[in-house]
Amino acid sequence: MIEDKFDAIVVGAGASGNACAYTMAKLGLKVLQLERGEYPGSKNVQGAILYADALEKIIPDFRDDAPLERHIIEQRQWTMTETSHVGMHYRDDSFNEERPNRYTIVRAQFDKWFSRKVRDAGVTLLCETTVTELLRDGQGKVIGVRTDRADGLAYANVVVLAEGVNGLVGERSGLRPVVTPESVALAVKEMHFLPREVIDERFNLKGNEGVVIEAMGTITNGMTGTAFLYTNGESISVGIGCIVSDFEGTGQTPYGLLEAFKNHPSIKPLLAGSECKEYAAHLIPEGGYNSIPQLYGDGWVVVGDAGQFVNAVHREGSNLAMTTGRIAGETISWLKTRRDPATAANLTEYQRRLETSFVMKDLKKYKNIPDFLHKSGAHVFTLYPRLIAQAAQTWFRVDGKDKRAKEVEIFNSFRKGRSLPGLLGDAFKLARAWR
Amino acid sequence: MPAFYLRRHLARCLLFQFCEPETTERRRRWISQERDRVMHIAVCMKQVPDSGQIRVHPVTNTIMRQGVPTIINPYDLFALEEALRLRDKFGGEVTVLTMGPPMAEDSLRKTLTFGADRAVLLTDRFFAGSDTLATSFALAAALEKIAREFGEMPVIFTGKQTIDGDTAQVGPGIAKRLNLNQLTYVSRINELDTAAGTITVERRAEGGVQLLSTKMPVLITMLEGTNEIRRGSLADAYRAVSAKIVTWSAVDAGITDITKCGLRGSPTIVKKVFAPQAHAEKATMLPVEDGYDAAAALMNEIFKRQPALEADLMRFASGQ
Repeated sequence: MIEDKFDAIVVGAGASGNACAYTMAKLGLKVLQLERGEYPGSKNVQGAILYADALEKIIPDFRDDAPLERHIIEQRQWTMTETSHVGMHYRDDSFNEERPNRYTIVRAQFDKWFSRKVRDAGVTLLCETTVTELLRDGQGKVIGVRTDRADGLAYANVVVLAEGVNGLVGERSGLRPVVTPESVALAVKEMHFLPREVIDERFNLKGNEGVVIEAMGTITNGMTGTAFLYTNGESISVGIGCIVSDFEGTGQTPYGLLEAFKNHPSIKPLLAGSECKEYAAHLIPEGGYNSIPQLYGDGWVVVGDAGQFVNAVHREGSNLAMTTGRIAGETISWLKTRRDPATAANLTEYQRRLETSFVMKDLKKYKNIPDFLHKSGAHVFTLYPRLIAQAAQTWFRVDGKDKRAKEVEIFNSFRKGRSLPGLLGDAFKLARAWR
Repeated sequence: MPAFYLRRHLARCLLFQFCEPETTERRRRWISQERDRVMHIAVCMKQVPDSGQIRVHPVTNTIMRQGVPTIINPYDLFALEEALRLRDKFGGEVTVLTMGPPMAEDSLRKTLTFGADRAVLLTDRFFAGSDTLATSFALAAALEKIAREFGEMPVIFTGKQTIDGDTAQVGPGIAKRLNLNQLTYVSRINELDTAAGTITVERRAEGGVQLLSTKMPVLITMLEGTNEIRRGSLADAYRAVSAKIVTWSAVDAGITDITKCGLRGSPTIVKKVFAPQAHAEKATMLPVEDGYDAAAALMNEIFKRQPALEADLMRFASGQ
């Protein structure tokens, strides 16, 4: 047991845990952070895109020494079929700004850096230490944690559960339901190494410019999911993920999907000659607003993936993790300065602050999207990509047919594929879920 | 082989027959009379690049250490665990010593999370480029200082060798310089008699196991697979974070003759480093559907590479 008592114990040293621990330490709190991995970042997997804004609000000058791969100047949104992709590309030289907005990062390196900052701020970090359960007093208030180390008790005024998507401590302590296969995606990715010059040439880049490809379509074989390709400094991250219940229902394998994606005629040339040095898999909470568990109680709060804080539509997660971590940290130190105990009643302030931030506003906005994709997945991920590709084929192929006939052909293909009421229904449902 | 096991078994029987009653009696005496006499044990440890992640520069053929994660030399963990077990049994302290750059502090701190009591870092630019001769010189000096400052050590441990140098010379080098009895490749400590000042160990030698007994102080190099490093308690892990690492320069360690340190004190010269050519064939995927096809395709591939095999099998199948 640790004799010292802490203002807060943070369970986990990922994006949300680090943001929370750092914020509290900077505000003068005595913080203990527990991480089950060998070092922070050893267990963490992400694509990964870093959204500068969320980190800037925690460490304003992070650009000075954080290990950043490339800043993103071009976004490619692809709708794919077996042989094609229809893409929307947005590239803007104005992304080459002094303080770029988005970066690709490698989490193993980034998390090490972030953790260094956290420890420099005064947080005590213990690695290879797994929290097994929460300690409670007679009234049920959380007063500390039990770890898997011998004599492993530690006490604090509040415990921050930044334990990631599985939320095992919260689940074991009855603070949250078991994560359901419908509310999480399983994503797999590989790191393909290529010389910097090759990547620059292949993606038309210079300096630290980077490209992001987000793709959907028949690549997920009818399942709800997306694929991605990110350029790092000297490697390319390529991955694909689908909802776990879809894998379960169809018996398809994540690595099978990834192999097929890598061999897609639109992707293969981008990876040609590269060497795969690393592969990883991770769960992503994609249940959205409706799957958010209780976020606070007597002596505890939940931040990051453990709170299902992921905006699946915009592929945002790490920024929500950092923001929820920061807000939780600020709330806890605010309570301390007011000498208020960390009771459930006082911690409603955390929820209140979340509601006024972009985090809850965005998640609320898209709260019906997971349900929409679940019900209309077959159309969204298979039928429409095919129809769009077919339309593009008809439109761009020059074969002696007059343009009017081509327009009619395209219109008819949509009508035949989905029927008019079907098309209108999907549009209406999407609009309603999106609003 | 049976003869070897028989010998080992006989040796053990003999040992236990003669030693055990006496041991128990001595243990009782130890517990009753000498509880306050604590045992100080030193462990020499080296921070090494993680061999699993090492890269060799394609042009210069030198090891690229930059960016390669470092670990505690795995063999040293067996030494540390054995030292901790002795401490737990007899009471006392374990001091871990390493020589290396300032960043070796990470590994030292890690040994504290396992439960070591004190960590000493010997660091000085004069030590850069040390071979085993110069290393054992510096470590021996530091160990003498440790003995003066923190108490005499009846047992000093090292791993059997490091995974980056692989010489297995530093341990014996220290023993020679400090005039200690040395037990190398030890797989088991059978008996340590504090009153008589003797230690009995099993040593793995070519073709068998030797049962060796000697007087302490002694230097032991531990063999791998002999134990498993413990997980320290939560209090150990917590203490390790803020523990002060004792840091000594060459002068601090009482070294006066700098010419025996580092590159100047190292007669070993690396003439050439080269990476052996890998000539493994890449696996090929066979595009087949069902089990029968797979077997047929596989046989075809094998026969293509081994034409003689096919002829042999055909001859065999036709009964010739």
